[in-house]
Amino acid sequence: MRVARTLLIVVLLTGFAGGGLAYADARGDARAQVDFGIKAAQADLWREAIFRWQKAVEIDPTYAAAFNDLAIGYEHEGMPDKARQAYEKALKLDADNDYIRQNYEMFKEVHARATGTHP
Amino acid sequence: MRAPLVPIRKLVLPAVAAIAAIVLVACGSSYFEIPIQTPIKPKLDVSAFQRVLVAGFVAGGGTDIDPNVETVRLLRSQLRLKSHLKVIDADAMPLAVIARDQAQTAASNGQPQAASADGASTAPVAPGASPSPADPANGAVPAPAPAQGGVAQGQTTTPPPAAHAPAAPAQAGTAPTPLPAQIKDDKDLAAYDRLFANTAYWKKLGEEYQSPLIVTGTVLFTPHDQSGFVQREQEVYDSFGRRQVVPVRTYMERKGYILRPKFVFIDGRTGATLYSETFREEVLYDSSQDTPALSSYFELMDRVMPGFLNTLASQKIRGTRVLLK
Repeated sequence: MRVARTLLIVVLLTGFAGGGLAYADARGDARAQVDFGIKAAQADLWREAIFRWQKAVEIDPTYAAAFNDLAIGYEHEGMPDKARQAYEKALKLDADNDYIRQNYEMFKEVHARATGTHP
Repeated sequence: MRAPLVPIRKLVLPAVAAIAAIVLVACGSSYFEIPIQTPIKPKLDVSAFQRVLVAGFVAGGGTDIDPNVETVRLLRSQLRLKSHLKVIDADAMPLAVIARDQAQTAASNGQPQAASADGASTAPVAPGASPSPADPANGAVPAPAPAQGGVAQGQTTTPPPAAHAPAAPAQAGTAPTPLPAQIKDDKDLAAYDRLFANTAYWKKLGEEYQSPLIVTGTVLFTPHDQSGFVQREQEVYDSFGRRQVVPVRTYMERKGYILRPKFVFIDGRTGATLYSETFREEVLYDSSQDTPALSSYFELMDRVMPGFLNTLASQKIRGTRVLLK
């Protein structure tokens, strides 16, 4: 009985650890894509940057920073609808992030002033 | 002599801060500020036009500046810089005078207010020229168009009419309403809206200038006083010399201006209104500050200009965003 309980605990712990590792792995891969995207954007290669950030959110759909960066990329490329969606997703994932909130507010301000309506 | 020992508790905070700083440096920054240029698509498709005529504006408000002349001059210079359209050089049309003369002619002829579809009874006046009330060519002013936009807080837009031509409805037997000679407020300006619905008039003007896009509208630039309590931030230093910023409510007498331009974009080929947009901006200064009306006008037009230009040309708005890791 005692052995069985120990085995169960071991199995459960392994499962959790495995899941955690898989998650960490996904986040690690996504982070690598985000890093590459940032370097591309800094070199003014925005299409490449968008491609990398799209990959990042595919790998890890819970990565708020990647959605934020993707939104900025869309904004730069003149795709306000996609940018708004990405900002909203980023804020949904990390509602307390001041950087994302500030980026989104500036995006809304620009479009409100220029078009007279929110995008 | 031994130096006095510093209590360990006092060292904890700096130590934690130092460790945090080392960790941050070791891990690298997790955010990057990046300059971006946001492209904004134009609201109006002007690909059919090669030229633009900034005809003139029905202007009112204060008497410090001539908003008609200043607005025409400013819009032309901005369009030259920021749009692909060729800007037609012509004198600013005294639209208020033209509209009043047309109304007077219509009244003296006993004509009902109706939009002339064939242009036979309405004709444009050469830019810069004040039409004679006796000149029958000036024809009738059509009945007021359905209300367009009106005055709004900030900015309102009126999308192009579905049928493309906002011809004023004919009201047989209706006596023309006299137009106020002094334009002081929105109510006075609203009476002039009928001018923009006179498709025949604008079509004829368009023919004179090889069918350009016509930019016209109304501009109200009024002085404005506002006194009351305002909240300001004040720097104070406590007994330990620490700086603090505290909100302080103070009574202030302020004066400034309100600018309410309404831009009407007319197709010079048909005379139909394509689009119109109303803006509202205001500025207030301390009453001790003696700001000239013209500089206030430019300050307010500066705020309106991106919205105006974005109707005709795509724009790139510069800013910064923060990329995150």
